[in-house]
Amino acid sequence: MAKRIEVKDLDIYYDKFLAVQGVSMTIQPRSVTALIGPSGCGKSTFLRTLNRMHELVPNARVDGKIFMDDDDLYGPGVDPVNVRRQIGMVFQRPNPFPTMSIYDNVAAGLKLNNKRMRRSEMDDVVERALRSANLWEEVKDRLGKPGSGLSGGQQQRLCIARAIAVQPDVLLMDEPCSALDPISTQAIEDLMLELKEKYTIVIVTHNMQQAARVSDMTGFFNLQGVGKPGELVEIDETTKIFSTPSKKATEDYISGRFG
Amino acid sequence: MPTPTTSKSPESDLYTPLSGVPLTAGQLPRGAAPLTLLVVALAAVGFWQFADWSVAACAVLGALVYTLLIYTWSRIVEGSRKATDRFVTAVVTCAFLLALLPLVSVVVTVLSNGLARFDTEFFSYSMRGIVGEGGGAYHAIMGTLIITALATLISVPVGLLTAIYLVEYGRGKLAKAITFFVDVMTGIPSIVAGLFAYALFALIFGPGVRMGIMGAVALSVLMIPVVVRSTEEMLKLVPNELREASYALAVPKWRTITKVVLPTALAGIATGVTLAIARVIGETAPLLITVGITSSDNFNPFDGRMATLSVFSYYEYVNPGVPPQFSLDRAWAAALTLIIIVMVLNLIARLISRLFAPKTRG
Repeated sequence: MAKRIEVKDLDIYYDKFLAVQGVSMTIQPRSVTALIGPSGCGKSTFLRTLNRMHELVPNARVDGKIFMDDDDLYGPGVDPVNVRRQIGMVFQRPNPFPTMSIYDNVAAGLKLNNKRMRRSEMDDVVERALRSANLWEEVKDRLGKPGSGLSGGQQQRLCIARAIAVQPDVLLMDEPCSALDPISTQAIEDLMLELKEKYTIVIVTHNMQQAARVSDMTGFFNLQGVGKPGELVEIDETTKIFSTPSKKATEDYISGRFG
Repeated sequence: MPTPTTSKSPESDLYTPLSGVPLTAGQLPRGAAPLTLLVVALAAVGFWQFADWSVAACAVLGALVYTLLIYTWSRIVEGSRKATDRFVTAVVTCAFLLALLPLVSVVVTVLSNGLARFDTEFFSYSMRGIVGEGGGAYHAIMGTLIITALATLISVPVGLLTAIYLVEYGRGKLAKAITFFVDVMTGIPSIVAGLFAYALFALIFGPGVRMGIMGAVALSVLMIPVVVRSTEEMLKLVPNELREASYALAVPKWRTITKVVLPTALAGIATGVTLAIARVIGETAPLLITVGITSSDNFNPFDGRMATLSVFSYYEYVNPGVPPQFSLDRAWAAALTLIIIVMVLNLIARLISRLFAPKTRG
């Protein structure tokens, strides 16, 4: 498990509009990589190219290469469904399936893919996923209740449980805490620190303290100006980015002197 | 304090509070509006009953008088803003009551005329060998149910799949063309749908052919656009986040549609389908052309004429026996039955939407 991702000269387009330009980075396995930057600079867009969710937008496309270990994610004959099987994703807003119970939500990745499984095995997977997401104690007595009846923070942890129940190699998180209160945020940050023992985690966040708290590497994205493509300014160890960044723009951004 | 740049006069300085507006204002007594409405309505009924004015004139005049009365009163006591509010409220209330009048009138008329023959015989006998008294609409009720069921069987798969194509797959010119033609189909007069079905089957079986299935085809021409439209709207309501959540779990597209999108929209789709059925079950013209009428039981939609409630009602009315009263009673009873069936369908639609709706609390 846990794979390295290597991005080489990636350009991301929405139709003819170049949204992100020339990104090259290496994402280390068993670590948390945080992506920070102002709104609209293409962090989320970049994140979505990592598991080929970007191409769900009509006419969206990318140029460049992304390797997961030695596999080219955009190579010919690569099935995006198989890519997503190995690279899971958690979204900004918690989005449990409203028609399913808590149990079925966690089992959704397995059930919807028609994996034949004995009931006891399935129970086991669900319990492990919920325990990993620090949600088991709160919901173990109401697994049959609808998932949308949980609080926002619980729903987000449910979505994390759902993502890790299929045991991906990489977990992408797109501002997973932006809709949550500090206590739920704390729970999810603790969870990330636990999960990075086994997973490669990439997180997009607007919260720089969060990036400083949870990540090992931090990448800073920026825009040159309105209508221009976003780009990766620099990526380095988190401690270095937050103490002695090598680029002026990074320093301005993290010290709040931006714009 | 920053100073405004456009204006120098102290009165229009936005940074100075205006103050001096009194907090209390005149008010009409409680229940003024409904009481006025009641008085005016009673007066209107009085004019209708005792002065021999026509119902429509009384209703419209009453609405006008009430609106004027409440507006003037409010304007004098409460001032112009509240008077406008009263005026609009009065207009909306009157419009609602006026719209309700024909509905109530239809229900009352059908009930009072239809109850005479709304008995067990009506529901257990056909018209075979009946010229005067007695007889029933058992054959017509069954015919309506069979033909409508067949129409549903044809329209639901076609409509559902079309809507799925339009929402989930359709891009570019083809999707636009389909949307356009579905809109056009919504406006097709029902007689045209009947002629289409007749022409289609006449091509295959020769002229003069009459079959239940022809009626079902004609009805499905009317039903498909309704199903497509309502299903399309329901599928569009499913948040894209759910689709993305499913894709992110490596679920293929078709499985995402069948296991995530459709169940989420199921309540709305089922309601839409039920309402579409209610919409076509009372159609007369296309059935008149394609299915015709018969006086005896025929429950085989692939062989010969069948009876349906709407056509039955029509025929009993235009070709009454002697004396005509028995036929007229049967026609009204058939109309009442049809209204009850539609009402039950609407209730079922509500029940379905409640049962299948995604639950947030458990």
